[in-house]
Amino acid sequence: MNDVNNFLKEMVSAPGLSGYESPVRKIIEAHWKPLVDEMQVSKVGSLEGLKKGSGKGKRKRILLAGHMDAIGLIATRVVNGFIYFTQIGGVDPRVLPGQPVLVHGKEELQGVVIQPPDFLIAGHSAGSPVPMEHLVIDTGLSPDKVVDLVRPGDIISFAQPPFELSGDTLAGHTLDDRAAVACITICLQELQRRVHKWDVWAVATVQEETAYLGAYTSGFGLDPDLTIAIDVTHAKGPGTSESDIAALGKGLVLGWGPNIHPKWYQTFQDVADELEIPYQKDVMPGHSGTDGYALQIVMGSRPNMVISIPLRYMHTPVELVSMKDIKRVGRLMAEVIARLDEDYLETLNWEGNND
Amino acid sequence: MTDKTILKQAPKIGKEQIDLLRRLSEASGVSGDEGAVRKIVLEEVRKITDQVRIDPMGSVIVTRKGRGENNLKVLAAAHMDEVGLMVTADDGDGLFQFRVVGGIDVRYLPGKPVWVGADRIPGVIGARAIHLTTADERKHAIPLNTLRIDVGTGDAGKKVKPGDRAVFAVNFLELSESLRGKAMDDRIGVTNLIQLLKHAPDNIDLVAAFTVQEEVGLRGAEAAAYAENPDIAFALDCTPCNDLPTSDGSENTRYNARAGAGAVLYTMDRGTISDPRLVKHIKHIGDTYGIKYQVRQAGSGATDAAAMHKQRAGIPSVSISVPGRNMHSTMTLVRREDWESTLNLVYAVMATLSRDVLKRD
Repeated sequence: MNDVNNFLKEMVSAPGLSGYESPVRKIIEAHWKPLVDEMQVSKVGSLEGLKKGSGKGKRKRILLAGHMDAIGLIATRVVNGFIYFTQIGGVDPRVLPGQPVLVHGKEELQGVVIQPPDFLIAGHSAGSPVPMEHLVIDTGLSPDKVVDLVRPGDIISFAQPPFELSGDTLAGHTLDDRAAVACITICLQELQRRVHKWDVWAVATVQEETAYLGAYTSGFGLDPDLTIAIDVTHAKGPGTSESDIAALGKGLVLGWGPNIHPKWYQTFQDVADELEIPYQKDVMPGHSGTDGYALQIVMGSRPNMVISIPLRYMHTPVELVSMKDIKRVGRLMAEVIARLDEDYLETLNWEGNND
Repeated sequence: MTDKTILKQAPKIGKEQIDLLRRLSEASGVSGDEGAVRKIVLEEVRKITDQVRIDPMGSVIVTRKGRGENNLKVLAAAHMDEVGLMVTADDGDGLFQFRVVGGIDVRYLPGKPVWVGADRIPGVIGARAIHLTTADERKHAIPLNTLRIDVGTGDAGKKVKPGDRAVFAVNFLELSESLRGKAMDDRIGVTNLIQLLKHAPDNIDLVAAFTVQEEVGLRGAEAAAYAENPDIAFALDCTPCNDLPTSDGSENTRYNARAGAGAVLYTMDRGTISDPRLVKHIKHIGDTYGIKYQVRQAGSGATDAAAMHKQRAGIPSVSISVPGRNMHSTMTLVRREDWESTLNLVYAVMATLSRDVLKRD
């Protein structure tokens, strides 16, 4: 499954900010093409691939959602050839100084975020973080060129190349949530040699970071019977202290909370136990902060599950994931899907104990 | 030689020079651990001459004599070392504490990939996810003692040990008007010095000193200048362009140097008052040959000249630098035209040196 590793690296080398997902969509499209029977792009730009089930007549449908959009930056003004910017999605300005970026102007321009010397910022106390509004991007071009090529509103993506670390781990930007697209791809690969009665809709959603837009709209457009949102969750590491976060590389994460149907959850736990796939439980007491928040509620509500990949340093350009965890998610989803009978939904009743 | 043919003899910047700069920029060479850079320098200079020695601190000293007798002995220094990191403790699970070596602003560290040790083991310096931070916390820089180098969950952690150096993992990039890479300070000076050796003018005895430990106290140059006892010393370095807009739109009065404004001549910094006779000569040559140059604002910072001018009975010294944006950070941007101007100026200045330059008024 080395090809998935390469596919993931290819995805996180491509831009695709929220609302501007085309570059990464094209890459996913090419990789999904041999794995699905039909493919379409939704009205808002999500990629929807259908792998048909073996059932006769009108088949039940399951929707797997991983978002392909990335957080990033957007130009606000150009002064003396320096590009000022603000964020798309949640970015801590303290990780920005020195970051390589790609400015999508009339041409694509390589840039680097520069932190101006403290003395150039009125009232700024030396050594404290420079607020985003004072950081600039330098493209190495003379000012007249920049004025010609870059305008406010041009988007700017992170350009840190993916970086393979020891223990089958991968660092890079936008592993949130392209790691989930890799999971879905592994699931599709597994299903090539499995019989599954249900139709499977693999969806790379758009604008999760800003509005869960792809989940709301594909959840409506495809009218699924069951849904799974795949996303990342904070892994233990430097800077974390919470006790309920997952360990990197030690297993996939099953979400538990109001965005998740308890019996649908139970199925994942049972199959993982049966196959000895390591998992950890992530309690999500309220909003899961994933596409699952939207998928659960559309079309009068659907049973939803949230599966997560442990990830360190979320929303920095050096997010870190374990390929092992990614493969576990893909495999577990395929195993669950292969076990879905035509009458599975009838087991998702509200009688009996949860968990 | 006062005719303009001098510039025709000056070293040119082409693919070969850019490739050399690329190799030097990507090599790891934190102060005190310059071995990988020294290796490249030795390879290059041994193609030119066998008058090469390595001093006890690790600096590479190359001598190339001119024609004739009684030439001026001119030492030109460019430092091989770069600012970086040193691993200080193993926390287990592939996580390591570290400290900075030289002047790195710790605000540049979070969210960056690094290469650790001689084997360049890949690692990252992460940061707490924004979701787990508070607004109050984000008002403060992330303290160095909370940052870790993370080399992943596998066996790599066993190969890293306290004392290993780390550098930002940055690949060199050629842009249309600029070149971008880590450690341009001072690998671009090293590249210039190698070019100067290759095209050494015959009117001087040139001593090229590729120095160590500039970033931790100008130490290699101090030893080299003492040992070589030259008539004149030049520091060839890279200096910051702080030519950014101010937040309130007022004039930026502390820009230091400007990108696109040519080679940078120092008259005074925190460590040196440049020898006025050399400053006068350099200005004269720049003006005479129409080489674009700017005078650096007097202010903080120092180069190898600060150490060299104090050696023995005193050595007339001056610095000429390539201007660069975003210095002592992950990657520095240098305009191609500024690099070319600097190389032209350094060459023309050397090729026109004579004992007359040092005459007192």
